[in-house]
Amino acid sequence: MKSTAGNTGGIQKKKMNGYVGFSNYPNQVHRRSVKRGFNFTLMVVGESGIGKSTLINTLFDSKIFPDREEMPPSAEPVKGVDVTSMSADIQENGVKLRLTVVDTPGFGDSINNEDAWQPILENIESRFDAYLAQENRVNRSKISDNRIDAVIYFIKPTGHCLRVIDIEFMKRLHTKVNLIPIIAKADTLTAGELELFKAKILADINYHGIQIFKPVSDEFDDPETVADNREILSKIPFAVIGSEKHVERPDGTPVRGRRYPWGIIEVENEEHNDFIKLRQMLLRSHMEELKDTTDMVLYENYRTQKLLSMGHVQDNNVFREFNPLVQMEEEKRAHDGKMQKMEAEMSGVFQQKVNEKEAKLKQSEEELYARHKEMKSVLEKQRSELEEKKKRAEASARPITPMEQQHPTKGKKKNIFSGF
Amino acid sequence: MTAPEVQDYVGFDTITQQMERKFLKRGFNLNVILVGESGMGKSTLVNSIFSTHLVDSQGRRTAQEVIRKTTEILPVTQTLDENGVRVRLTIIDTPGFGDQCNNEGCWVQVIKYIKDQHAAYLERELKPQRDRIINDTRVHACLYFLNPGSRGLRPLDVEVLKRLTEVTNVIPVIAKSDSMTLDERTLFKRRVKEEMAFHRISVYPYASEDDDDEDRMLNASIRELVPFAVVGSEETIDVDDKPVRGRRHGWGVINIFDESHCDFVHLRNFMLRTHLSDLVEVTAQRHYEQFRTSQLRQIKELRAQQAAAAAAAAGGSGSSQPPVAPLPHQPMTQA
Repeated sequence: MKSTAGNTGGIQKKKMNGYVGFSNYPNQVHRRSVKRGFNFTLMVVGESGIGKSTLINTLFDSKIFPDREEMPPSAEPVKGVDVTSMSADIQENGVKLRLTVVDTPGFGDSINNEDAWQPILENIESRFDAYLAQENRVNRSKISDNRIDAVIYFIKPTGHCLRVIDIEFMKRLHTKVNLIPIIAKADTLTAGELELFKAKILADINYHGIQIFKPVSDEFDDPETVADNREILSKIPFAVIGSEKHVERPDGTPVRGRRYPWGIIEVENEEHNDFIKLRQMLLRSHMEELKDTTDMVLYENYRTQKLLSMGHVQDNNVFREFNPLVQMEEEKRAHDGKMQKMEAEMSGVFQQKVNEKEAKLKQSEEELYARHKEMKSVLEKQRSELEEKKKRAEASARPITPMEQQHPTKGKKKNIFSGF
Repeated sequence: MTAPEVQDYVGFDTITQQMERKFLKRGFNLNVILVGESGMGKSTLVNSIFSTHLVDSQGRRTAQEVIRKTTEILPVTQTLDENGVRVRLTIIDTPGFGDQCNNEGCWVQVIKYIKDQHAAYLERELKPQRDRIINDTRVHACLYFLNPGSRGLRPLDVEVLKRLTEVTNVIPVIAKSDSMTLDERTLFKRRVKEEMAFHRISVYPYASEDDDDEDRMLNASIRELVPFAVVGSEETIDVDDKPVRGRRHGWGVINIFDESHCDFVHLRNFMLRTHLSDLVEVTAQRHYEQFRTSQLRQIKELRAQQAAAAAAAAGGSGSSQPPVAPLPHQPMTQA
């Protein structure tokens, strides 16, 4: 709050004489939030076997994902990309968290992975749509938020620059979600290789204009937070390992880690990998920011784009003061104008249709007449032919038998028929 | 029929030395193709096996470098000398393989190359005046790089292996196996063997009736190890003042020559110390012969067709002799 010279509507800084108590407001917010509980939706994307389930189970120290079942060789591999979600209610120090993890099995596993990002993008957008629909409801008291708060993208530890599928995926999704790329299976890279690899990845990301989630400090943060943020930023992209199993260190202490013939890599050892940093950023320091960015930036952008594309126009008149009567008059006039226009249009269309139908009827009339004439002429022809035949038959007629005399018409008919 | 006893020393047992001398003079060709996605550790592994920097990694190093759109074939030939034995070693790299979003047909260039080498050899063999020694460019071994961490074979692996095993000796390896614990490796190997059996993919070494018990046992133990879980390294690091070829991590040092760390030693022994001549022989006897048979059969059919067509034409116009079919050594396009 800056104080301005003079009282020209500026905000003045005032000092209080004693303890008032409004500084307790954050605690009230805190209490209410704790009562309500939080939800957090995380999506994991990466090829099969890269460690998605293990990492999630390690992050939350619980078996969110069950062990994957062994499929026989004859089982059909997953075609395309599936999007499945798993929810768990976990609690820590009285704080309830509804954690939803969205898995994407099949991503990058097929021979043809073109458009593998498509189902994932559709899923993210459908969650935005669902939220948008709820916001537009008449009764908005219960809105369930299942928008994706962050996508953890697993990069293979190749040591080279990003693969085509990595770049394509990130380019398509970075404006819709908070993107957190991590280097999976970090235990396969030495410290030197890791440094080079991270630099290559960041170079690729910058080159393609991909925006990833980064912790930023603003002027309100205390120096400790600023330092923490800087440290986190220096490790991005995080190189992590996961492990649900405990192994014993040489001194006997059990730790979560992986045992190799040449040593033990510990999950929670910052010198071995960046798991701690990932957990810190994701859960301990920046969960709120992730949710906030999703709500205030990513969702809003999506909403704006969607509404614009649906034809809504930003109507700034809404913000002007208005006289309700004048407004209604205007509306009536506009409405009348519209009605007139519609009437004119409709009568025009009607007229057009009538003309068309008339023309059509006329045409068919003419056709019928033509046909009638034709048939008549054919009939005439037939009749004249028959007359002729009759004459011919009479000319060569034998003396009339008594039978024919009795039934002259019958005889005639017979002749006609026999003439055929 | 029992072999007759040789009374005096005749001396035909020196044939092995005679062959050796011939070999030393002539040297031999060894052609190995590397098939696997970028970043699997192909270059490092092959450089480790031959303890020489033979090939450079073809992986993309900077963001500005253009991503390859197709599989390229990059053969690099060098002559190595060990104890007077010369080998003309050709390593064929396949950058771009499996690196696209859509990898349909990424194997076509690879299969084509292998078949082209057979075709080139056949052409030279069929010439009326053959070279005394035909330069053998046929691919003797294919190192196929599997992806560590996958459940087993991926759909791409199945498609490619089916085709590769028909034209060359395939040796499946996991090059960056330092991301797998010993249990995970065992599980993966079992899985891969199951899937290969299911898809009827037969990798080298093949069982043969000529094998004696020793060979059979050796081959059986090799087959147990397949796919080889190896780690490659071109660096030498100091461990307790001893030079070790390996990788240094914050939590331990991998010694690639340590059998408890990885199968590198087994792979190298297998490829170079025990089965090297077998690889060359099997290529000639099995894969090349198959190719040759199918090619000659095709020529025969083609000639028969042309003769029939010419005969039909001759019947109508009473004309010329049937045209001679040219050798169809045009590269095969079906893969």
